[in-house]
Amino acid sequence: MSVATDILHTNVQTGKETIKMSGQKVCVHYGEKQALFDVDLDIVANQVISLIGPSGCGKSTFLRCLNRMNDTIDICNVSGEITLDGQDIYDKAIDVVELRARVGMVFQKPNPFPKSIYENVAYGPRIHGMTRSKDELDELVTSSLRRAGLWQEVKDRLDQPGTSLSGGQQQRLCIARAIATKPEVLLMDEPCSALDPIATAIIEELIDELRENFTIVIVTHSMQQAARVSQKTAFFHLGKLIEEGPTEQIFTNPHHKKTQDYITGRIG
Amino acid sequence: MANASNEHIVSSYEDELTALTRAISEMGGMVEVAITNATQALIRVDHDLAKQTAKADKAVDDMQRYIDEKAVSMIARRQPMAGDLRHIVSAIHVANDLERIGDIAKNLARRVKHIDSQRVSKQLYNGIRHMSDLALAQIKRSLDSFTLRDANIALDVCRRDDEVDALYISLFREFLTYMMEDPRNITDCTHLLFCAKNLERAGDHATNIAEAAYYLKTGENLYYDIESGKVQLN
Repeated sequence: MSVATDILHTNVQTGKETIKMSGQKVCVHYGEKQALFDVDLDIVANQVISLIGPSGCGKSTFLRCLNRMNDTIDICNVSGEITLDGQDIYDKAIDVVELRARVGMVFQKPNPFPKSIYENVAYGPRIHGMTRSKDELDELVTSSLRRAGLWQEVKDRLDQPGTSLSGGQQQRLCIARAIATKPEVLLMDEPCSALDPIATAIIEELIDELRENFTIVIVTHSMQQAARVSQKTAFFHLGKLIEEGPTEQIFTNPHHKKTQDYITGRIG
Repeated sequence: MANASNEHIVSSYEDELTALTRAISEMGGMVEVAITNATQALIRVDHDLAKQTAKADKAVDDMQRYIDEKAVSMIARRQPMAGDLRHIVSAIHVANDLERIGDIAKNLARRVKHIDSQRVSKQLYNGIRHMSDLALAQIKRSLDSFTLRDANIALDVCRRDDEVDALYISLFREFLTYMMEDPRNITDCTHLLFCAKNLERAGDHATNIAEAAYYLKTGENLYYDIESGKVQLN
């Protein structure tokens, strides 16, 4: 792409940027301990945003706020406002199950259900009543596995247990399972940390393709992965959002000294 | 946990970055000596010094290869980010410019044997000496801006490039006058004109080094606008 087209492309993108999710003054307490301090962060539709920072900095806590996974922890208290398409997701009227269908999640360790490959993907659409016939469900399972880049590898053994797959395949199965419910946002908590470089590359390629249809928030400890897959990067430190911006800027010319020190390996 | 000295957690990485800057300083010293000696050889018509200077260029070339290899190895092994990435990329650029300045010194030294010093006016040599002093000062300051990571010195070097250019134009006119006065001066004056042009190019390389230093410090690119004669942010 020429420089001129590149600039034009960027401008058009900027002009079209729509905010899919937004956090305003988000604070999280685990009992007495405050884990997040007044985090303001916008998540742009059809982009990948990486959340980076040292262990315990609050990035996973923030990620889990986005589909109210923290509700499952009794002592966890979330304040501030988080919106999805402008609607407060902590509003009492919000159905959490429906929210989690709209904001799907992929975890660090692949966690397929102890069921067949087919059932792993079919489970979500079935409980949400998303299909009316077996054919429709078959179609949805097939398309989800295709989009997750797994179809060619499993099409002849859909009835085998999901746990029989390799680690990388299991993680793609979990992605297929997550996208089968047609979420709008996909949260990924260190999705490649248990995978080898080839499986990681396949997932990263997949993330890039999924961006067309989904908004993706990824927590990663790998600076290189954040640099490779995301358009925006946000750096957290000790529960505070220190800096967020275009990934290229964060990794070549961060504005904040703490960001510079972290990504160059000077603070851990 | 904050690192009080602001050094890398991996100390060998820090050592490699420091060694890279040291290598640039060393290479900078080598080309400063080369330009000084080449100019001296020209002015004093010292053929031995000229030969020695031309021969010494190999060490400068070797140093550039060494810096390139170290930088590429660090990129491959360390996957540098932010300031470290800019440090390594700038070092590659600076080493390249220093190598070109080394070539210029060699070129100057090689012209010594072609110039008939008896025929050439001392005044013309003064012009060359002045030009060399200016270019050397620019090279030295540009290297200072790199090693000290001082964006203000870098900007100053870029602004002062005009002085080197202006001196070259004035020398060009002077040589032209001598050539028109007496066609027997043409060969010598042409050689000296090339020397002046080479020194003007050395000044341009100093500007490039300053631009790399500015990028290293700020992450922003500078460029020189010929129309306005001003240094601008890209």
